[in-house]
Amino acid sequence: MALADVCGLKTNQLKNSFLSDFGGSSTHLLDDALTSTTNFTVPYGIDPVESLKEFTNPKSDVKIHFDHGTTTLAFKFQHGVIVAVDSRATAGPSIESQTVKKVIEINPYLLGTMAGGAADCAYWERVLARQCRIYELRNKERISVAAASKLLANIVYNYKGMGLSMGTMICGWDKRGPGLYYVDSDGERMSNNIYSVGSGSVYAYGVLDSGYRYDLSVEEAIDLGRRSIYHATHRDAYSGGVVNLYHMKESGWEFISQTDVFDLHYQYKAEKEKK
Amino acid sequence: MMDPMLNEESSYAPKQTYFSPYAMNGGTCLAIAGEDFVVVGSDTRLSQGFSIFTRDLPKTYKLTTSTVLGACGFHGDVLTLTKVLNARLKMFEHEHHKKMTTSEIAAMLSTMLYHRRFFPYYVYNLIAGLDEEGKGVVYSFDPVGSYGSDGYRARGSAAAMLQPLLDNQIGLKNQQNVQRVSLSKEKVVNLVKDVFISAAERDIYTGDAVVVHVITKDGTTTERFPLRRD
Repeated sequence: MALADVCGLKTNQLKNSFLSDFGGSSTHLLDDALTSTTNFTVPYGIDPVESLKEFTNPKSDVKIHFDHGTTTLAFKFQHGVIVAVDSRATAGPSIESQTVKKVIEINPYLLGTMAGGAADCAYWERVLARQCRIYELRNKERISVAAASKLLANIVYNYKGMGLSMGTMICGWDKRGPGLYYVDSDGERMSNNIYSVGSGSVYAYGVLDSGYRYDLSVEEAIDLGRRSIYHATHRDAYSGGVVNLYHMKESGWEFISQTDVFDLHYQYKAEKEKK
Repeated sequence: MMDPMLNEESSYAPKQTYFSPYAMNGGTCLAIAGEDFVVVGSDTRLSQGFSIFTRDLPKTYKLTTSTVLGACGFHGDVLTLTKVLNARLKMFEHEHHKKMTTSEIAAMLSTMLYHRRFFPYYVYNLIAGLDEEGKGVVYSFDPVGSYGSDGYRARGSAAAMLQPLLDNQIGLKNQQNVQRVSLSKEKVVNLVKDVFISAAERDIYTGDAVVVHVITKDGTTTERFPLRRD
C-alpha cells in the first residue's frame, strides 16, 4: 500500500509465521493466493530469457503464443494530439481478436497506446495508472506527461532482457502543452511530434509524413490519422479490424470514432473514382 | 536403448535431454453469450501425444453460481490455476462479504496470469457468466493474461476450426443482407452440440463427450452427451 510504504510499515509481520516457516520455493503458490504479490514467479536456476525463447521459436514443440502485432500512431499538431490505432491481436498465425482496445485510458488527460505484447502493455500501463494516481494524491497536482513516461520507462528497464515486448506512446496535455513520448521495453524514451509503432508502422509513416503539417485543422488531422491506419491495415497482415481514434485536447482526451477498415476501403475507393 | 555393437554411429556419445515443464493435454472449450444467458461447453477427453488418459474430464469449472471457467492446455497448470483461483475467490468473500462478479474475476485472473509472465501457465482460459445487469458476457485470455470480452469464443486444440464457424453463425460475419436476430437458449445449445460433433470429426484431441452448462439468473443447468470415441 502507498501509505504503508511511506510510513515504513512492514506487513510481513502480519503474515502467519506457520506459513512463512516453509522453504522459499513452496510459498510461491501461497503468495499467489494470499497476497497480491508484486514479485514475479521465475523458474529456479533457469535464465528467463533463454527459457522464454522457446515460446517465440517457431521450431519448438511448445506452442504457447502470446497476443502480438499492431499499428498505432500519434502526432502533435496545433490543436493537440491525435491518437489512432487498429484493433487486431494475433497469436502466431492466428487472429485472436479484431476488437482489442489498444488505447489505454490512464486517466482523463493521459492516454497510452498498446503495441507488441498485449498482456505486457495492458498490465504495465495499468501499473502506470496506479502510480500516476498515487503521484496526484501525494503532490496535489496532476502528473506531467514527461514524468509519467519516465515512470513507465524506469519500471520496464528493470525487466530489460527478460523478454517483455512493449512499444507504447504516452500522450497527454499538461502545463507545457500537448505531450507525446515513445517508451519501449528496451528502455527507450523519446519525445517528438510524430510517432508510429508496430508491425504496420512503416506503412502508416508513409501516409502520415506525406500529409502532415503542424497547422492542420482538427477534421484534417482526424482524417489523416484514420487514413494512415487504414493503409497500414491494408498492407500489414498483423493489423486490421477497426480504427479507434482519440483527440487529446487541453480539457482532456475525447474519443472521436470507431470505423471498420472494411467500410473505409470502399469509402476511399469511391473517392478515388470520383476524381 | 541402442546397443552400441549393433548401432552404426559412435556408441557412448553423450546425449542431452531436456526436461520440459509443459505438456499439451488437448481438449476444446467454448462459450457463447446471449441476452440473459451464457452457454459454456467443453469436451471431456484428456490426452497426450497419441494416448488418451481419460474420457471423463470436463474442462469447465464452476467458480460461482453465475460464473464458469473454461480452461484447456496443460492439465497440471489447469489444476493449479483453479486451485489458486478458488482460494482467491474464498478470500474475497471473507474480506468483502459478497461474491465476486464476472468482470471482477476476469480482472483478477488477468493479473494472476501476468504474475507468471516469466514462467507462464500453459492454459487458454475462458470466463463466462452474467454481468451485474444479468446480461451474458464471455472473456477470453491468452496464457499471460491479456483479455477482452467477446460475445462468443472457442479455445483449445480445435479452436481454429470452431472460431470461424462461430464467427459466421453467431457473428454473422461475411454474410450479406442477413437480419440480426437474437438467439434463443435452445438454438445456441444445438449449435454448440453441432459444432463439437464437427470438431470431433477432424481433431484427434477432441471427442468422447461434451458437457454443456447453461447459466441464467435462475442458476446453472448441465447437460452431457456423447461424441465419437475414436
